[in-house]
Amino acid sequence: MTRKLTREITDDLALSRKRKRTRVIVLFAGLTAALVVVSVVSAGAGQYGIPARDVLRVLTGGSLEDPYAEGVLWAVRFPRVVMSLLVGATLGVCGALMQGTFGNPLAEPGVVGVSSGAAVGACLSIVFGWTFLGAFTTPGIAFAAGLLTTIAVYTLSRSGGRTGTVSMILTGVAVNAIAGALVALLMFVGDQSAREQIVFWQLGSVAGARWPYVWVVLPLAAVTAVVALAAARRLDMLSLGDRQARHLGVNVERLRLVVTCAVAVGVSAAVSYSGIISFVGLVVPHLVRIVMGPGHRVLVPASLVGGAVLLACADLLARTVVSYADLPIGMVTALVGGPFFFWLLRRTRTSAGGWA
Amino acid sequence: MISAVNVSVRLGGALLVDRVSVEMVPGEVLVLVGPNGAGKSTLLSAMAGDVKPASGSVLLDGIPLNGWKDVEAARRRAVLPQHNPLAFPFDVRSVVEMGRVPWYGTPEEEHDDEVIAAALRHTGVAHLADRAYPTLSGGEQARVALARVLAQQTPAMLLDEPTAALDLRHQELVLSLARRRAREGGAVLIVLHDLSLAAAHADRVAVLADGKLVAAGPPEQVCTSELLSDVYRHPVEVFPHPSTGVPVVLPVRTREE
Repeated sequence: MTRKLTREITDDLALSRKRKRTRVIVLFAGLTAALVVVSVVSAGAGQYGIPARDVLRVLTGGSLEDPYAEGVLWAVRFPRVVMSLLVGATLGVCGALMQGTFGNPLAEPGVVGVSSGAAVGACLSIVFGWTFLGAFTTPGIAFAAGLLTTIAVYTLSRSGGRTGTVSMILTGVAVNAIAGALVALLMFVGDQSAREQIVFWQLGSVAGARWPYVWVVLPLAAVTAVVALAAARRLDMLSLGDRQARHLGVNVERLRLVVTCAVAVGVSAAVSYSGIISFVGLVVPHLVRIVMGPGHRVLVPASLVGGAVLLACADLLARTVVSYADLPIGMVTALVGGPFFFWLLRRTRTSAGGWA
Repeated sequence: MISAVNVSVRLGGALLVDRVSVEMVPGEVLVLVGPNGAGKSTLLSAMAGDVKPASGSVLLDGIPLNGWKDVEAARRRAVLPQHNPLAFPFDVRSVVEMGRVPWYGTPEEEHDDEVIAAALRHTGVAHLADRAYPTLSGGEQARVALARVLAQQTPAMLLDEPTAALDLRHQELVLSLARRRAREGGAVLIVLHDLSLAAAHADRVAVLADGKLVAAGPPEQVCTSELLSDVYRHPVEVFPHPSTGVPVVLPVRTREE
């Protein structure tokens, strides 16, 4: 009798696992389809419109009757689309990583100040006209500043081996305030053209993306993605708490350190070229969680693909909403993400009593 | 299995555990009792490896805790803390599955589903398998957390007040589960407040007061009215149960004032 009962439960477990697997397949099929569609549409859209048919022909190795169109695609559109995918994927996956490692649904590279830290680095380079790394100077310094800020946030927001929600958000507030003040100071010091550059860098854009930049960001983003996927399974245990995770055999401090480094590398690389693009890292994991639940084995890869889709969409929107104008992509994501953040806070407060 | 040897724990200058030696023995339920602030949970944390003893040492299978790799230790002992919050709304099944993580990549992995199913059934939470953990009541959450610990299938289990949030039926259920584990050769350490529960289910009772081990032994020897009245600084009566003879512990209650 009791044995039968156990077998029934075992059957239920197998059944629900099967059902879950189906949902995962549907989700990733959907995301991949969306990724392809938005990439092709985005590559074709713009002041010089190119039909999707032609984009696909070029992608599959064919050539067009109009050599100019082909040139535009390879030199301008493709690197831009690829860059938006890379940056979006990195921000999405880093959001999932940070929320997972800190066991905190509010953690996001932008919220805790990593992006604004990178901004300070970029502004320094712009204002003082540093060129010791050639075209890579500004992104390079932004990258270094982003890394430093991540490490600072990590050490500041932890005490006694724990990261509290409040201390994390407050650390973010402080870091953002300091970074904001430094950027303001640099704008004050800089000349007219530096100011303009800073403003645009802060608004975020993938407009200037070229292949050399893509080749720099790609390996760094890949490192982050690989670490993220490898760590995904263990992140589940962290949501039980550090103690409980350790009892289950997770080396909590090492996991957190590795993940934080991966986030620092990924976000700094993404932000260094594209400027500040907020809310992608926050919104994407939450959307995935609403659809698929909080398990990181699905959440991490889905946030990777979902982030890419979201940012490619945002870039498409930024280029096409106002004709003959290229809106800053960071503005688009903040405009959509800000209200979402409000909704998220309210939803959590009504459903789970809010965060401490 | 796990033994504390002359363990002292100091937190923020205060001496919470003072040179205590206890040993968890296979086949035995060891219950730790004592008044609030006696150092029960601190001692359990030290034995689980959460806090480092200021002096003395904790041995797991004869080897000091810090000589174990996290995952190897996790295959030998499971820990149920007093509070088990969850940062994200995992469903019950996923929470219990986490107990299987130490066994990933080992032959044991094959039995995952049976072990999880048994854990869900024994703790009476199988019907909640699809529910999100945060939506459960406190008692249900406590049983799910216990199911996770059971699913870990370790020879040693440390349970910190596993019955605190539970009703009468589930208190008995949890302690009989612990006893069954012990009968199967496991070593179980339980922190309890209910002395009658302790006397009824323990093979051995250890009494802590002010961080010191005051007494340890079979419940009939340890649970005496003199000792408990002294330790709890309240008159306590102990009498044998009319049909089973198991000591029943009750505080002396007066309705004056």
